[in-house]
Amino acid sequence: MSANRWWGRPATTLAACVARGELSAEQAVESGWEAASTWEGDVHAVAHADATVRARAARTAPPGPLRGVPVIVKDNLCTAGDYPTTCGSRILAGYRAPYDATVIRRLRAAGAVLTAKGNMDEFAMGSSTEFSCYGPTRNPYDLTRVPGGSSGGPAAAVAYGLAPLGLGSDTGGSVRQPAAFCGVFGLKPTYGRLSRYGLVAFGSSLDQVGLFARHAGDVALLYSLLAGPDLRDATTRASPPPDVSAWDRGVKGLSFGWPENLWREGVEPEVVAALEEAAACLERAGARRVAFDFLPGTYAVATYYLVATAEASSNLARFDGVRYGPRAPSTDVWSLYVRSRSQGFGPEVKRRILLGTYALSAGYYDAFYLKAQRARTRIRREYQAAFGRCDFMLLPVAPTLAFRLGEKTTDPLAMYLSDIFTIGANLAGIPGLAVPLGLAGSGLPRAVQLVGPEDSEPTLLRAGRALEVRGEVARLGREHETEFPWPMKR
Amino acid sequence: MAHEAVIGLECHIQLATRSKMFCECPAEFGASPNSNVCPVCLGLPGALPVVNRAAIDAALQLGLVLGCTIREASVFARKNYFYPDMPKNYQITQYDRPLCEGGALPVRLCETARSFPLIRIHVEEDTGKSFHPERTGDRPVSRVDFNRAGVPLLELVTEPAFRQPEECGAFLAGLRRLARWLKISDGDMEKGHLRCDANVSLRPPGSASLGTKTEIKNLNSIKGVEKGLTAEIARQAAVLDAGGRIEQATLLYDADHDKLAVMRSKEYAHDYRYFPEPDLPQLTVDAAWVEEVRGRLPEPPWTREDRYVDHLGLPAYDAAILCETRERSDYFEAVVGAGTDAKRASNWVMTEVLRHVNARGLSEREAALRLPAKSLAVLIGATESGRITSASAKEVLEEVFEKGGDPEAVIAARGLVARSSPEELLPLVREVLAENPGPVAQFRGGKQATLGFLVGQVMKKSGGRAAPQVVQELLRAELGALR
Repeated sequence: MSANRWWGRPATTLAACVARGELSAEQAVESGWEAASTWEGDVHAVAHADATVRARAARTAPPGPLRGVPVIVKDNLCTAGDYPTTCGSRILAGYRAPYDATVIRRLRAAGAVLTAKGNMDEFAMGSSTEFSCYGPTRNPYDLTRVPGGSSGGPAAAVAYGLAPLGLGSDTGGSVRQPAAFCGVFGLKPTYGRLSRYGLVAFGSSLDQVGLFARHAGDVALLYSLLAGPDLRDATTRASPPPDVSAWDRGVKGLSFGWPENLWREGVEPEVVAALEEAAACLERAGARRVAFDFLPGTYAVATYYLVATAEASSNLARFDGVRYGPRAPSTDVWSLYVRSRSQGFGPEVKRRILLGTYALSAGYYDAFYLKAQRARTRIRREYQAAFGRCDFMLLPVAPTLAFRLGEKTTDPLAMYLSDIFTIGANLAGIPGLAVPLGLAGSGLPRAVQLVGPEDSEPTLLRAGRALEVRGEVARLGREHETEFPWPMKR
Repeated sequence: MAHEAVIGLECHIQLATRSKMFCECPAEFGASPNSNVCPVCLGLPGALPVVNRAAIDAALQLGLVLGCTIREASVFARKNYFYPDMPKNYQITQYDRPLCEGGALPVRLCETARSFPLIRIHVEEDTGKSFHPERTGDRPVSRVDFNRAGVPLLELVTEPAFRQPEECGAFLAGLRRLARWLKISDGDMEKGHLRCDANVSLRPPGSASLGTKTEIKNLNSIKGVEKGLTAEIARQAAVLDAGGRIEQATLLYDADHDKLAVMRSKEYAHDYRYFPEPDLPQLTVDAAWVEEVRGRLPEPPWTREDRYVDHLGLPAYDAAILCETRERSDYFEAVVGAGTDAKRASNWVMTEVLRHVNARGLSEREAALRLPAKSLAVLIGATESGRITSASAKEVLEEVFEKGGDPEAVIAARGLVARSSPEELLPLVREVLAENPGPVAQFRGGKQATLGFLVGQVMKKSGGRAAPQVVQELLRAELGALR
C-alpha cells in the first residue's frame, strides 16, 4: 500500500494521523471518496451523500478518538441536519429526521464524520440488499453477487474503502451476514448494550445496532465509544458495558465450542473449510476445542420469523402518510392509509407486515406469537447450556458464500433460511462476531462466526483478533495489521 | 315487562403530571396546537418510550387508596389500530397484567353507604385530538393536535355492579372527588380530565345471567352518564318488549340532543392485536415503593366523613359537604384544631366561608389564604364570647374577603368590640322605649316576642355593636321600672 493511500488505513491509524496533523480531517474523509471513484458506480453502496455536508462536518469535528475518521451509517439510523433517513423505502422518501440517534450522537462526539448513509434492504427486511427503493448494492468482490443484507451498503463500502468504519443494524444477521459476504468484521453486540434510540425499529426485541470494520482493533474501539446505557432507551442495560481494551490479549486458556453437527449438511464446502481453518488457528493460538452437538431449537427460523414479523407489523404501522413521508391523494382517511401504504411499501415489507398481522390476530395469537415466545425462551436456555461447556462457539455465518443477484428474490423461504446461523444470537440476545478469513478459491470472501454469552464481546474480539493474525497473536505487536484483502475489479 | 339493568363503567382519568407518560414534553392543557410535542409523542421513526415514574406513582396512590392489589411486575402492551390522532397507530397501554386489580370505591348514595367493586386500574397514554370537518375550498380538511398525545391516563374498570344510572353518576362524582383529593388529576370533565364509557345490558329481575350488552361512549358529564344510560336502558327495554333482540354495538351519546347513535356494530369490532410492548421492560414496583406511597397517602374522604360523624358528632349532611374537597375539610380541621367547637366550626365554614367562596368565585385555596383557619377560629371565639356581635363578625368577614387583612386588626380599626357597659347603652334603650310606645304596650300586655323587636331597634341604633345580652337585660329592667 502506498503511503498516500489513506483510505486503506484502519480507523485508529487514520485518527492518529489526523491528531498528529499529518492530514486534515477533510482529507481523511475525502480519501475514502478516492476509493469510491473506482467502486461506487458499480457497487452502489451509498444511499445518501453530500460533499458539502461532509466537508463541513469534517471541518467542525470535535477533538476525540475518531476525529476525522469517516463512517458510513445505514439509512435506518436517524441523523439530523445532514442526510435523509429513509430506510431504503419510498414511504420515507425525502424524510429528514429532526434528531440524531444516540449512537450517531456518540459517534459525532468522538469526532467521527458521517461520510454517507448506506443502502439497505427496505426497513432492514432482507438478506441481500436487493429490496431497496434505490436499487441493489453489489458485492465489490464480484459484481454479479449480492453483498448480503440487510446492511449491505455499509458492509460493501467498508470493504472497498469508502470508510474504515460502518454502522448497521442486526435483527437476524443483517450485520454479520453482509460482513461475511464482503470480507469485513461485523459485530452484533449483546441486546441492550447499544442504544436503539433513533434506529428505525424493525423487530424491537431483536434489533441491535451493529458495527463494521476491517480490523478487530477498530471494532473494539468503536464498541467502547458507542456501548453503554441510554436514558432514552429503556431496554439498554444500566450497568457499564464490558471492557474490550484487551482485544489483542490472545486466546490462551479459552475454549471454543465446535458443534459440527450443524454443518454436516446444507453448508457449502468452502464455508466448512473456513471453519476447519479457524479452529486450527485458534488451537494454534492456545484455545481448546470442545466438540458437542448443538440443537438450538429446530424451530429457530420459524420462531424468528414470527417474533420479527409480529413486532414489525406494529412498528411499521406509523408509516401512514399522515405526519411524514409521501401521502397519496385521497378523499377519506382510510383510503389515505391504504393508498399511501400500498404505494410506499415494497413487496417484502408488505409480505412481512401481513405475516406479522396474521400472527397477532385474535384466535391465532396463542398458536403463533405466544408459542414463538415460549420457543424463544427455550432457545435462549439452549445457548446458555452450551456456554456452560465453552467460552464461545464457532459457527458459520451463512450456509453459503455470497450468492448471485436475483438468486433468492423469488423464493422468500430460501432467503429466510440463509439466516439460519445468525438468528439464534438475536433470539437469545447474545453477541455474535463475523470474522473475515481471507478469500476462497473463487475469490469470494470467507468468514466464520463467533457467538458467546451475554457481554462476551471482550472474548469474541480476542478470538477475532487471533483469527485476523492467523493465530500468531502472541508474536505480533498490538500495532500489527495484516493486509486487508482488497477487492480486485472483475 | 320489568327489566333489571346491569351496568359497568370504564373511566379514564387524565393525570396532572408535569410531563407526558413516555417523554419529557409538558402535559399541560391549552398550549397552542402541536407545540408540546417531540419525536417520542409524535411517533417519529426511531423514537422510543421511557416510563414517567410520576404517573406510576399517581396510579399507586389511587390503587392503594381503593384497596387494589398492586402487581409487582406489570406489563405494558400495544393496542394496535389505525387512527389519525394516534401517532404510532398503536396505543401503549396495559392488557393482561395491569398495575392494579380489585379494590372498591365507597360512595354515599341517598344517605346510604355503598361500595362499588373494581376489576382493575391500568396506566396508558392518551391520543391526540382531531378537529373536523373543516373546509378549504371545496375539500374537507381534518386537523390533528398532538399536544394531548402521550399524556398519562389511568383507566379504571368497574365490575358490572351498577343497576341504576344514578348509581353511576354518584360513582363518577366520588371518583372525581377522590382524584382531586389525591391531587393526581384536575378531574374536570368538561376538559376531558375524566371520561367515562359504560356497558349496559338488561335481564329479567333476579336473573343471574347477563343479556347482550352495548357500549356507550362519550358520557362526559355526570348528568350525561345518567341521561345517556337512562336513554339506552329505555331503548333496550323497548326492543325487548317488542320481542326484538339486542345487537352488540358501540353507541355514541350526544348530550346536546339527548340522543344515541350507533358508532359501529359487532361486525366492525376491532381486533386490537395486543402484544407485550417490546420497547419497555416489565414495570417493577417493589414493596419499598408501595410502602413509601402508602405512607404518604392522605386520609381518604369517606374515612373523614365517618370520623366527622362518629367522633366529632357532626350530622352526616355536614360531613358530606365538608368532605367534598380536601382543601375544605383540611380548612375545617384547622379551625377545629385551633380550639373551635366542631359543630360551630362546621356552621361557619358551610355558611359564611362558602358563601364568600361562591359569591366571589374564589377557589377554596385562595379563600384559605385570605382568611386563614386560625383567624376564623379567633373570629368565632370573639363572637362566642360576646366580644363582638355576630353582625360585626359578618362585617369583618366581608372586609377580610374583600381586601384581606387580619380580623383582629379589622375589629380594632372599625371599633367593633361590642358595647356592653350599661352606662353607654342605657340612653339608647330609653330612646327606643320612648319611640315605640305601641310595642312597649304589647309587651306589657304579655306579648313576650315584642322584646326581640325592641332589642333589634337598640341594635340598629348602636350600629350593630351593642351586646344583645346586655341590651335585653337593660330592656327588661327598664320595662319593669316603667311599670
